[in-house]
Amino acid sequence: MIAPSTNTAKPATGIPALFKTAFINALVALVLFALMVGIRTEAGSDGQLTYWTRFGELASLVGIVFGGSIVIELLRQWIGPAGTEKLVPPVVQSGLSFVGRYLAPALLIFTLLVPVIFYNQRYILDLAILVLTYVMLGWGLNVVVGLAGLLDLGYVAFYAVGAYSYGLLATNFGWSFWICLPLAGILAAFWGVLLGFPVLRLRGDYLAIVTLAFGEIIRLVIINWQSLTGGPNGVSGIPRPTFFGIPLDNSDDGLAAKLGIEYSSTHRIIFLFYLILALALLTNWVTIRLRRLPIGRAWEALREDEVACRALGINTTTTKLTAFATGAMFGGFAGAFFATRQGFISPESFTFQESALVLAIVVLGGMGSQLGVALAALAMIGGFELFRGLEGYRMLVFGMAMVLIMIWRPRGLIGHRAPTVYLTKAQAISSDLVKEGHG
Amino acid sequence: MDYFAQQLINGLVLGSIYGLIAIGYTMVYGIVGMINFAHGDVFMIGGFIALITFLILVSLGLTAIPVILLVVLLVSMAITALYGWTIERIAYRPLRHSFRLAPMLSAIGMSFVLTNYSQVAQGARVKPIPPFITGGYTLHESTDGFVIQLSNIQIMVVVTTIVLLAIFTWLVSRTRLGRDMRACEQDQTMAALLGVNVDRTISMTFVIGAALAAVAGLMYLLYYGLVDFFMGFVAGIKAFTAAVLGGIGSLPGAMLGGLAIGLIETFWSAYFSVEYKDVAAFSILIVVLIFMPTGLLGRPEVEKV
Repeated sequence: MIAPSTNTAKPATGIPALFKTAFINALVALVLFALMVGIRTEAGSDGQLTYWTRFGELASLVGIVFGGSIVIELLRQWIGPAGTEKLVPPVVQSGLSFVGRYLAPALLIFTLLVPVIFYNQRYILDLAILVLTYVMLGWGLNVVVGLAGLLDLGYVAFYAVGAYSYGLLATNFGWSFWICLPLAGILAAFWGVLLGFPVLRLRGDYLAIVTLAFGEIIRLVIINWQSLTGGPNGVSGIPRPTFFGIPLDNSDDGLAAKLGIEYSSTHRIIFLFYLILALALLTNWVTIRLRRLPIGRAWEALREDEVACRALGINTTTTKLTAFATGAMFGGFAGAFFATRQGFISPESFTFQESALVLAIVVLGGMGSQLGVALAALAMIGGFELFRGLEGYRMLVFGMAMVLIMIWRPRGLIGHRAPTVYLTKAQAISSDLVKEGHG
Repeated sequence: MDYFAQQLINGLVLGSIYGLIAIGYTMVYGIVGMINFAHGDVFMIGGFIALITFLILVSLGLTAIPVILLVVLLVSMAITALYGWTIERIAYRPLRHSFRLAPMLSAIGMSFVLTNYSQVAQGARVKPIPPFITGGYTLHESTDGFVIQLSNIQIMVVVTTIVLLAIFTWLVSRTRLGRDMRACEQDQTMAALLGVNVDRTISMTFVIGAALAAVAGLMYLLYYGLVDFFMGFVAGIKAFTAAVLGGIGSLPGAMLGGLAIGLIETFWSAYFSVEYKDVAAFSILIVVLIFMPTGLLGRPEVEKV
């Protein structure tokens, strides 16, 4: 925790003021950390609590806050009030917008080539699959939050429904992935509609709590309905996907044997990679197409102004339900993919943390911007991966990053978007002009 | 009947704790219009600070329980209030005039920070304390041997809640700060023009909310005899549910919602199944909101055209 920004109101000038601010911040930090960091408690074997002191750590933390305040204050005086104009010169800005136009196709081509470039680098391929899963989830949630403006804090519920649909259908009935995938999507969409009904009359934060509650209900039911879902133990032995019926294994019927090439376990990873890429691109394509259709325009109209929307004769009921259903369906697809990739699912994968992560990806990307969501997923999941070694500190750093990113760019990475409808020439719309997530 | 009465007592005690946390959500929502997702974790921090203060006082050789309780109450309220103040300064103030999802995500980020901060600082294991306040009263003993118990801790929790509510109601309705708060709730710009220090009022809102959460944390510690780093999430969601159920922004609503959630949870565990108590609480929330879209005591939202 940092406590540097205690003086946003009056910028300190001069060295004495600087030290005064830093001293106050250090004092605040001392009180905050004195008990929590300075004293460590632990329950002994007999249930008796013991404690020992850690004044060294406490002192260094307070020292870091003191030094950090001075550094941040100096930086602030040096750069002046934050603003993109000062940080990024106009030449670079126009250059960036030029790059921006070709970034999406370039990124797509690079993604298509990832298995070729990183062939046999299992770790990178796994990470790429993970990033693409979150890209797909982000694009799916974007339909609900970014386009229709309905704040959904329980998106992970649909992910869970998709994963469990596939897991249970495949393990109990032995159905193949390609039959279960659409079924998982349909079931998740059905749950989306089911959630949609009670929230039709709700707005804003009431909507947020109901979706959050819904996500928790689904998770709690999965944990407690032991006979069906296996409870906390989860569902294991979920079959791997097949290449349209041909298994990707070392057997004589396997794809490698049929094609007459040598078997490698990388084949399956690469297949999974292209599978999730195709699913993600499907999500993207459907979203882009839907935006141009009457239903997509109704979503965006709903986001901007529900009352005006009704006055224009748009049926807000079907508009909200279709938004929930579409978003949920993509969540269900992603869930089915997750189940087949892991081969094992348990309620632990579907916590509120996941919902928050996907929502953070959508908001950080600049809601409604497809490219932004993809970049944000790359940044968040990739960044998250960097801290894999520091297990305990990972979520701490992640939370801090979320706070700092929001302060730095509350409107997300891509602050502009292409309009859906225009008269003669498409002009980018600043996201400041767009209402988002007001439910 | 006796069983019912016992569960009623248990539910009211649990509901008081939820209500105290819910007030923090509702106050912040009323003034700033944002959901302070980190509030549940502030409650957890309050519990931890109370625990550590207890340990220190006991190891210093203090034995007078009222003195210990008073010192622990004051210390945990003060430090937790400072946490609330700092969180507002770092994570919410820079986003005051931003679009409304930004402070919410910042709050979710803050909640992750606080949860994992206490996990890193204090470890992931449950921290129990020996029961401090023991004893109680037997209210009624039926012929088949079932007794209705009212423990001293339960009395203390309920009495503390009532006293705090009285102080708090007085604060909001009678003092200068309360007037400023109500003014900011109506219209921040206008309040600022009329000489209300909006920044300070908002800071004070967070400070008071955090102090109440600290009291709830202490009560939780005394009642259940343990704290752990993850308890803020569940308690926070329950209290948030309570605030929404009562009508977010309404103070009596928060208390009423807290009691409702506490009672629902207790009765459901007593008569149906413990596993599905949270499901029951959330389902009833959804059902209530279907018929009363702004909660039990919430004002209907005016749609501006």
